[in-house]
Amino acid sequence: MSVSATDRIYRVQVSPRPGLANGTALLDDIRALGITGVTQIHRSELYFLRGQLTDAEVQLLCTELLADPIAQEAIWAPIDRVPPAPEGVSLIEVGLLPGVTDSVAQNLLARASLVGVQGLSAASTARSYALEGNVSEADLRTIAERLLSNPVIEYYALGYLRPHVGDGHVSGPLRAEVVSVRGLTEDELVALSRDRLLSCDLKEMQAIQAYFYREGRDPTDVELESLAQTWSEHCVHKTFKALVDYVEVDEQGVEHHETIDGLIRRYLRAATQEIAAPWVLSAFVDNAGILAFGDRHEVSFKVETHNHPSALEPFGGANTGVGGVVRDVMGVSARPIANTDVLCFGPLDLDAQQLPTSVLHPQRIYAGVVAGVEDYGNKMGIPTVNGAIYFDEGYTANPLVYCGCVGLAPRGSHPREARPGDLVVVLGGRTGRDGLHGATFSSLELTDTTGAVTGGAVQIGNPITEKIVLDALLVARDERLYTAVTDCGAGGLSSAVSEMGAEIGVSVDLARVPLKYEGLQPWEIWLSEAQERMVVAVPPANLARLQEICTLYGVELTVIGEFTDTGRLQLAYADQPVADLAMSFLHDGLPRRHLHGEWRQTPPAPLELPADLPHRLKELALSILAHPNVRSKEDVVRRYDHEVQGATRVKPFVGLCADGPSDAAVLQPLDVPGQLGVALGNGFCPEVGKLDPYAMAISAIDEAVRNVVAVGADPERIAILDNFCWGNPALPDRMGGLVRACKGCYDGALHYGTPFVSGKDSLNNEYLDTVTGRQVAIPPSLLISALGLVPDTDCVVTMDLKAPGDALYLLGATHRELGGSMLAQAFHLSGGTPPGCAAEGPAVARALHRAISSGLVAACHDLSEGGLLVSAAEMALGGRLGLEVDLAVMPAAAEEQLSPGERLFAESNGRYLVEVAAEHAVAFEALLAGLPAARIGTVVATPTVNVSLGAETPLLSLALSEIESAWRGHIDA
Amino acid sequence: MPSAVAAVKPRIIILHAPGTNRDREAAVACELAGGRPEIVHIHQLSAGERRLGDYQMLLIPGGFSYGDDLGAGRLWANDLYHRFRGDLDQFVLAGKPVLGICNGFQALVKAGYLPGPAPEQRVTLTVNQRGRFECRWVRLRAVEDSVCLFTRGLPEDILCPVAHGEGRFWVDDAQQQAALRSLRLVALRYVKAEVVDDVRREVPVAPVAGYPANPNGSYDDIAGICNAAGNVFGLMPHPEDHVYAWQHLRYTRGERGGLGLGLFENGVRAAAQF
Repeated sequence: MSVSATDRIYRVQVSPRPGLANGTALLDDIRALGITGVTQIHRSELYFLRGQLTDAEVQLLCTELLADPIAQEAIWAPIDRVPPAPEGVSLIEVGLLPGVTDSVAQNLLARASLVGVQGLSAASTARSYALEGNVSEADLRTIAERLLSNPVIEYYALGYLRPHVGDGHVSGPLRAEVVSVRGLTEDELVALSRDRLLSCDLKEMQAIQAYFYREGRDPTDVELESLAQTWSEHCVHKTFKALVDYVEVDEQGVEHHETIDGLIRRYLRAATQEIAAPWVLSAFVDNAGILAFGDRHEVSFKVETHNHPSALEPFGGANTGVGGVVRDVMGVSARPIANTDVLCFGPLDLDAQQLPTSVLHPQRIYAGVVAGVEDYGNKMGIPTVNGAIYFDEGYTANPLVYCGCVGLAPRGSHPREARPGDLVVVLGGRTGRDGLHGATFSSLELTDTTGAVTGGAVQIGNPITEKIVLDALLVARDERLYTAVTDCGAGGLSSAVSEMGAEIGVSVDLARVPLKYEGLQPWEIWLSEAQERMVVAVPPANLARLQEICTLYGVELTVIGEFTDTGRLQLAYADQPVADLAMSFLHDGLPRRHLHGEWRQTPPAPLELPADLPHRLKELALSILAHPNVRSKEDVVRRYDHEVQGATRVKPFVGLCADGPSDAAVLQPLDVPGQLGVALGNGFCPEVGKLDPYAMAISAIDEAVRNVVAVGADPERIAILDNFCWGNPALPDRMGGLVRACKGCYDGALHYGTPFVSGKDSLNNEYLDTVTGRQVAIPPSLLISALGLVPDTDCVVTMDLKAPGDALYLLGATHRELGGSMLAQAFHLSGGTPPGCAAEGPAVARALHRAISSGLVAACHDLSEGGLLVSAAEMALGGRLGLEVDLAVMPAAAEEQLSPGERLFAESNGRYLVEVAAEHAVAFEALLAGLPAARIGTVVATPTVNVSLGAETPLLSLALSEIESAWRGHIDA
Repeated sequence: MPSAVAAVKPRIIILHAPGTNRDREAAVACELAGGRPEIVHIHQLSAGERRLGDYQMLLIPGGFSYGDDLGAGRLWANDLYHRFRGDLDQFVLAGKPVLGICNGFQALVKAGYLPGPAPEQRVTLTVNQRGRFECRWVRLRAVEDSVCLFTRGLPEDILCPVAHGEGRFWVDDAQQQAALRSLRLVALRYVKAEVVDDVRREVPVAPVAGYPANPNGSYDDIAGICNAAGNVFGLMPHPEDHVYAWQHLRYTRGERGGLGLGLFENGVRAAAQF
């Protein structure tokens, strides 16, 4: 049913019945804006129906589809006959901009004929807020703009919304445009790159210019865009492959010069090659790293970031971030079995006055990002089992959204070889104008006009579309119907198809690509980052069977071209050739970047502890437990389904009341026979990174390893992933820090024998406020994600204390390392020595693993943010048991003469607290012989954690009730 | 004769719609319970490649059918009602067991099969009282006098996770509320457990669950209901996610029991009669 000029438009408003409405959360948010006049707010859903409809048909749609007869009521009217809103009520109505994915409307349109309504030609959805109370128009606009709508994807009205429903899309003639590059001056080349958002520098533009001189013609816009996308930082990691001139000035002021032949090659890949673990099946090559899992399976792991989109449209940005990394795992022919997410925001209580221009408030970013992660993961049926949430003012303008996904596949089921003659087949979502320039956009710094300029860069996901593609793809995989597969991520079809055909050649007709709406230019079709699309290479003989599978699952399949043996990327739009590029130039023509890095190593500034610290230990302990970076994240984590697929053996929260924070999750996939498990953990220490990115990398690797070892992973079977979020690498100090971090990655990985199997970088996380001229960079942020193999899941251990009378051991040495610690943050102290490499860390981990495998360990928790005391308090809370701890005997070098504060709060690496039943104490101590380990306490039934320094000197005493209250974010005055 | 029938494992059809995602665990549970499950896409039913009548038990599993667009389970209910009503009515009237879990429960309620008779919708499952999706373990107790065949004779409370945003069982009409009781259609309730200090174990206490034991604000702590004949049963929690001892949320504390398997075994036993 197509739209016609004689269509009528109806407005349907669906509201919850009395008793079921709940607007209190919104009211709180409005008050937080400083607007106090609103007494009530009621939300209802709006549907705009367009077509040749009778009253009875509109009523039928309401009854059958739009309103729940028990919980909701619907009122409707033709749009020109809607009665005025009642007196004393102010309306704010919010709709989606044209072209933004509206899956509800799509489902409604597809359903109407089934319920017997043939005349519905278009539909759209919106929402209406009715506000009561005394509220000015200015207040209404503030509420609408700051709270209820986002101009990147939505528009709003005060009063009734004028709907966009079935409106046509305006477009000019559809053709490729020839862009003159020959004869342009250097300045003109730079201007061309800027005006077209190509993100290419002068040398790259000159390489393009030279290529087309050789070809004897000018490029089309399709070719120019293809090159810019393929050469974008996001897709090709220019910085990590660049030649780097690095100078490090040591503490004595001596300069050490070094030329680094690419950070990935010199540090990350080098570590993997030197470790040469036979169980690494694929590292850095595929869309995800792949590891052996038993004899007949393999697990894959990938972590991505989606920072820039999440800054502009938090829900959509995070939503498609999850969708994207899940597709990466689908792109290695695996079934996703777990998601992870690490999220970084500005402080939630940030004064709105301090907010840079056009930056969304951290509270709003946080709410949107969490909802976006929840929506995609839950709807895909993938358990979200591990992550972290981190707050720092440095993330206010540049929030970080790290999304990870683990996949499982039968061994060897991922084919990688498209052959000439194979068809280029697109599966899944249709292509629209969404996400244009995402790959190049992610390489730009954000400014206060970025939202307006690159609105197209923001995408909205539809997880169900991706779920059905997954369902179909796994059947196709098992029947071996395709010879290669990859996902459409950044760069869209351009990236996916030209990568698959890089070694052979490919020819595509862009006019065949199915579109969401008409009017896309050829380059837009090629570059669109519309979500939920996969590309497979299919031998023609298999096409019919693949079509059958896709029909069953309701997946759209389109043949758009074929792989060739020409060595060229050849694109047409119907009968018009629009691109013809040598694959060799496309993939290898990028001039290598040459960057400069500097690092000035200074001796750690002394960290002056407050003189009255000995009297404030308890207050400090509670304030650290309640710190946003330490306290329970249960209110967020429970919004993620961590149980779907039935494999979550160690859950995010453990213990008697299921509120103790797990070090890592353990998954035991139901379809893998035996007792094999996967442990997932992460290390993230930006506070240390502010002091020294090298120490940050060492600490992050140590923490990620500790996490998975603590639950039972074999320390000799841990693979790690690196995800760097950094500032502008063209600035030598940022680049110098990046080099330091990579050196730390190399040393840390070799120290623990943990190979890197995948990595990604998100650079230029800086914000230029064009009003104040201030340039803001994020803290150097390296996420290390660890995947450890658990050889026998019957031995897994959780962190909650189990029984009174058990012994508590501290493993690993404590040093005077308070730099970047929670203690330093709590007192706003700068300086201090950051945690160094734990020399005995690997030996301790191996011994601990032997103890866990032998069933000697009742509980184990690693020491991270907040140090020993926080870990002990969390273990006690988890088991609802108390502890008697004596710090006089903790493993530490005697000459360091650690103070009580340092013993309690130092954040040295390589440490664990371990609970051991009395009958296992001898065997446990024998395993740890010769390593830094000491029995420091005993589990008691009394619900109190008492810490002393020798029998005579009590240091502090925390009741479980105080711990719980602080840990949930409340401190009693 | 009965022994010969019992030797053949009853065939269980597990329906799959776009967005269904707990079908594979449901199949594992059915297998462990002695059934022969097959995951069947609704398009296979529509196309006539599979026939409902060829199976002895129907399971409508959890997930986000059609993305929960237009309300959780609404469009799937619409499928049941408009595409499969004839066959489904026959299946239900024959007394064959029908189990709806989470999204499947929502679909059966919105298609009118629960509490039934279809097609009138009499109760609903709506947005959780706290307004958000939640995943947490709950304790479920069978209502002793219920006519439900799935919950009959369960030896102990079931412990298993909920994972939903629209699971608040809601019935506003006093007559309906009374009918649920008089017809003994309430099959499962959320119950609260309390910690007893000396043994460090969770032990059940008397009802009136309250949050979070009743995680969504369901009326009368109702977690699952059945139809008047007792053969159609739906619940919001996920017993299929606790069919192995090691899935227990406090397994590392030595706790065992509370498996959700009994519900499936009862279903399979009933299915074996057909």
